[in-house]
Amino acid sequence: MNASRILALPAALATATLMSFAAPAQATECIAPSNPGGGWDFTCRTIGRILTELGLVDGNVQVTNMPGGVGAVTYAMVASERPDDPELIVATSTVGITQIAQGRYPAPVDAMRWLGMLGADVGVVAVKADSPYQSLADLTAAMAEDPGALTTAGSSAIGGWDHIRLLMVAREAGVTDLPAIRWVQFDGGTDAVTQMLGGQIDIVSTDISEIGGFVQSGDIRVLGFMSDERVPAYADVPTMKEQGIDMTGYNWRGLYTGGEVSDADYEEWVAKLETLYTSENWQSAAVEFGLVPIWRGGADFEAYVREQEQVTADISRDIGVIQ
Amino acid sequence: METLSLLATGFSVALTPLNLLLLFTGCFVGTLIGALPGLGPVNGVAILIPLTFAFGLDATSSLILLSAVYFGTMYGGRISSILLNIPGDEPAVMTTLDGFPMAQQGRAADALALSGVASFVGATIAVIGLSMFAPVLARAAIHFGPADYFALYILAFATIGGVAGVDPRKTLLSGLIGLMIATVGLDPISGIPRYTADSFHLYDGIEPIVALVGLFAISEILMLLEKHLKDRAAAIRVDTWIPSLSVILSTKWSMLRGSLIGFVAGVLPGAGASLGSVMAYTVEKQSCDKDGTFGKGDPRGVAAPEAGNNAASGGALIPMLSLGVPGSGTTAVMLAMLISLNVQPGPLLFARDPELVWGLVASLYMANVTLLILNLPMIGLFTRLMAVPTWALMPIVAAVSFVGVFSISNSVFDLEVMIAFGVLGYVLRKMDVSLVPLVLGLLLGGDMERNLRRAMSISDGDWSILLQSWISIVLYVMTVCFLVLSVWLALRDAKRDKARVFEA
Repeated sequence: MNASRILALPAALATATLMSFAAPAQATECIAPSNPGGGWDFTCRTIGRILTELGLVDGNVQVTNMPGGVGAVTYAMVASERPDDPELIVATSTVGITQIAQGRYPAPVDAMRWLGMLGADVGVVAVKADSPYQSLADLTAAMAEDPGALTTAGSSAIGGWDHIRLLMVAREAGVTDLPAIRWVQFDGGTDAVTQMLGGQIDIVSTDISEIGGFVQSGDIRVLGFMSDERVPAYADVPTMKEQGIDMTGYNWRGLYTGGEVSDADYEEWVAKLETLYTSENWQSAAVEFGLVPIWRGGADFEAYVREQEQVTADISRDIGVIQ
Repeated sequence: METLSLLATGFSVALTPLNLLLLFTGCFVGTLIGALPGLGPVNGVAILIPLTFAFGLDATSSLILLSAVYFGTMYGGRISSILLNIPGDEPAVMTTLDGFPMAQQGRAADALALSGVASFVGATIAVIGLSMFAPVLARAAIHFGPADYFALYILAFATIGGVAGVDPRKTLLSGLIGLMIATVGLDPISGIPRYTADSFHLYDGIEPIVALVGLFAISEILMLLEKHLKDRAAAIRVDTWIPSLSVILSTKWSMLRGSLIGFVAGVLPGAGASLGSVMAYTVEKQSCDKDGTFGKGDPRGVAAPEAGNNAASGGALIPMLSLGVPGSGTTAVMLAMLISLNVQPGPLLFARDPELVWGLVASLYMANVTLLILNLPMIGLFTRLMAVPTWALMPIVAAVSFVGVFSISNSVFDLEVMIAFGVLGYVLRKMDVSLVPLVLGLLLGGDMERNLRRAMSISDGDWSILLQSWISIVLYVMTVCFLVLSVWLALRDAKRDKARVFEA
């Protein structure tokens, strides 16, 4: 960092603090449907930065925070006011699809065009280091025998993604009485893990990035990763598929644009994002943020989103979250 | 003495020119953000995060900057509480109770100095606690289950009764309104919308800071408007510009008690600074308010909550760093930033990144000293604010409130909510209902409900889980003692008043 940058810092901080939202209108806009600092915010800021760095857009990408209704406010705005704006992209993730599947967004999946996912956090099922369940098989056997015996927890509400993907594991393992599995909501994955260490709950289902520190310290043990392939940082832990549970539970990060954006503009965005995905900039940024870089774009991604919505809706009906 | 040598390493990290500059800037900007109604620590930290990326700061420098802002806002939040009766951020609500009456009595300088010193004491005790016992305390906090948290919130609410207002029924009413407002939004456990009137804007519930600015700032403007229409409001006199040392020294025990209570509240993940300042104030009031001076400008009523909220914000760094569990909204944002800078908070952080941890601890010591030095000379300046006529000051307060609230979410809806709360606040104040219990209900109600329902999920609906751990039982016993004590004190006071009436 050179001297002029150091001197510029306090001035910039002071100005930014008071004026940070008076940014001029710019060509490309990325809406993060959350407050600054959350996952969607980081998606927009990182992708916006790299789009500029790679020269894929003119000038800077303006990041707008529009929190409300777990993304529903933004979804409604795009559907009604800017369905054909080719310069608008919106950050989303598995959380958004779960909300849509449970009818908590003002419009269905079809109202938007889904551009692509660029990376994903991987779901895990974890237990305390000294837990009696040494393997996934131990756990699923216990669940199948008495679904209500175990207390499970994660960072989402009942019917949220952490809960749904644990039930996907249980369903694949042959557990039929899914509603009998007790679920406790915590504000974050680490909250759930500390409560597990305190002996309040038995199993945690959540993203690996947040709780990795406890795995490395040996406090907790991961029984399986919900990914297609093993996660490099934990190469000795098998995936669900390796253990005969045919499912994946990614918490992906991706983008959508308005439903009336033309095919040409849509294809152009998909191409730009694929370029961004393959760049060194994104690959390293994603890993730093605890994500596994994964690409699904265009028609492929549209199909994936619809399938995920379907599975989530099915399980939500099973457990009575929706009718 | 390993801690000391680690701390020395920390100071060598913190004393680089860049980090010193960041520290100073952070303290200054933080004080400013904290003082502005509507902007609190969460916004301050969230606004600065993109900049830490833009300037390519490394994790240690970023964390130093953000922590300085965090501590700065905690100092700054009290300024408008004392001078304008408008809390600058959530934890500063309690400071309005005695701070504003002090200012009205011409003792603004005393109140500002007192709160500055109390903040310093609270934050310093917390940082000492952080550097000595962080890993041990984090391990202890793990044993606090949902049922225990629920008991803690019950204790907090039981003590609110003694906080404010003459009529306990009105205090209860105000607290209940706050609790009811806290239920708006998606049900935390099942995700079902509650009282949202089919509006997606209400799914996330009422943002406490928006309600807070409405209740205090907007209603204050309405009250002043009315006063102006009726009669010219008398300017508040300022007796002295120079704070008195003896007043500060007389509150040393209040500061210490407030700091310890605040620190404990901070260490518990999820409790945080608001709970810290509430408990510090109510405990102080219950144990010291023999002459009924609390709420009428008692210096101890300023010292205790200020020490408490600053100690709690320091304490909240413990679960954040050593467990990766944020103790407050602000630490949640800082945590997200750490993860994105490839720092994994959690049990291994102290061993793996000693430079980061101890650099941070050292810079917190320095931030405290900086803030004290920065704040004391500014007392004269801030006190002069009192001399600004209200017709000039209030439009500025209104403008800052609107800009502050709009900047949080870019949402016109939030402005409407703020105005609605302003009207609600005005009506309640006209009926002599204290707003503080309402805010506390709103701030703490959500967590109280979530923990009760978590406990119920764990026990599968068996209520006996609430009394199964000794932590809960101790907390309930304390609650009962508090209630018995306050009823007894109230009866005694009533008797005494009666006796006085007879004598007269």
